[in-house]
Amino acid sequence: MTVLTTLAYLVASCLFIVGLKRLGSPRTARAGNRLASGGMLIAVVAALLENQILNPVELVAGLLVGGIIGVWLARKTEMTSMPELVAAFNGFGGAASALVAGAEMLRGSGTQMREIAASGETVSFVPDMGAGDLFIVALSVLIGLVTLSGSFVAYGKLRGRSLGSFPGIRLVSLLIAVGVIASIVLLIGTAGESSRMDEAVLFLGGLSILALALGVVLVLPIGGADMPVVVALLNASSGLAAAATGFVLGNVALVVSGALVGASGLILTRIMCEAMNRSLGNVLLGGFGADAAAA
Amino acid sequence: MDLSLLVVFVLASFLGFELISKVPATLHTPLMSGSNAISGITIVGAILVMGETGSPLAKWVGFAALVLATINVVGGFLVTDRMLEMFKPRVPAPEAVASAPEASNGVKA
Repeated sequence: MTVLTTLAYLVASCLFIVGLKRLGSPRTARAGNRLASGGMLIAVVAALLENQILNPVELVAGLLVGGIIGVWLARKTEMTSMPELVAAFNGFGGAASALVAGAEMLRGSGTQMREIAASGETVSFVPDMGAGDLFIVALSVLIGLVTLSGSFVAYGKLRGRSLGSFPGIRLVSLLIAVGVIASIVLLIGTAGESSRMDEAVLFLGGLSILALALGVVLVLPIGGADMPVVVALLNASSGLAAAATGFVLGNVALVVSGALVGASGLILTRIMCEAMNRSLGNVLLGGFGADAAAA
Repeated sequence: MDLSLLVVFVLASFLGFELISKVPATLHTPLMSGSNAISGITIVGAILVMGETGSPLAKWVGFAALVLATINVVGGFLVTDRMLEMFKPRVPAPEAVASAPEASNGVKA
């Protein structure tokens, strides 16, 4: 990482901080949003410089496709459907963080791969991630994918779909959580053993499926009226996913921005709960009462 | 793992906690949407991952991440701006006009 890109990330982080602050007050909110988007532009340009443009076609294609879809969704969605759209964007962000962490693990070790590539040999996987690195990858994938599936259940509920819960869903969540922990332990167990890379990919795949299922069963039992609070909480978790991915890549911009969104998102979640005269625990576990009332 | 990143993470989290205090209810959704766009910072991670040599699979996973993160960033900031458009300061103008005669009345009395 050059001095220039690091300084650019610093400027971007400062713009995010000022932008978030201004987003909290009606008079300055719009300017705050524009400051933050300017910060993002600086961060993207810095990343493109740091990337050394190894895959120019893929990069431009990815940015164009994502940009066009983003503009289209932002323009055509009706004003009344904004919370759903925020939930969907949130899910995309969480998924992106999980995919980046996954790609980093698939890629194997950075330095080793570069040396091999320079020497002209072709090798598919050279993992030398330590247990700590693999743990952070797992955390990033877990948080990112729970955010993805949780956000899309929230999206469905906000659109008024009656996504039924089922009895014993809390027990199922608990079982899936145990499975999540088990797959993380198995994944970390492959640390430092290059020959077990296929196994590691398998465990990461298992973890991904379980994480997606966990997001669904956690949000399903929560009432439709509480969905805005759930989206706020998932927004915080998408920030944490980005921060975890920052640890995987060793990138300070992701760590700072992810932490900011994670922490401010938690505060906003609390404020929204207070506005409804509820506690967060009451919102998240409110399904219990609803089940009992229905039964 | 780089420990200095952990230091930065913890300090930024404290800053995030302090950043948001009293927020009027009308701003809850725009604030959520704006900070959601900021969490699209993972677009930087996607760009960096695509710039590394590695397996073709890793490259395509990185590409998918890039598309999703770009949707998050571009769509997120645009839609927040659309929401905040409604907060244009046109309300204070009529108020100022309305309160002006009152003030002059007060002076007369």
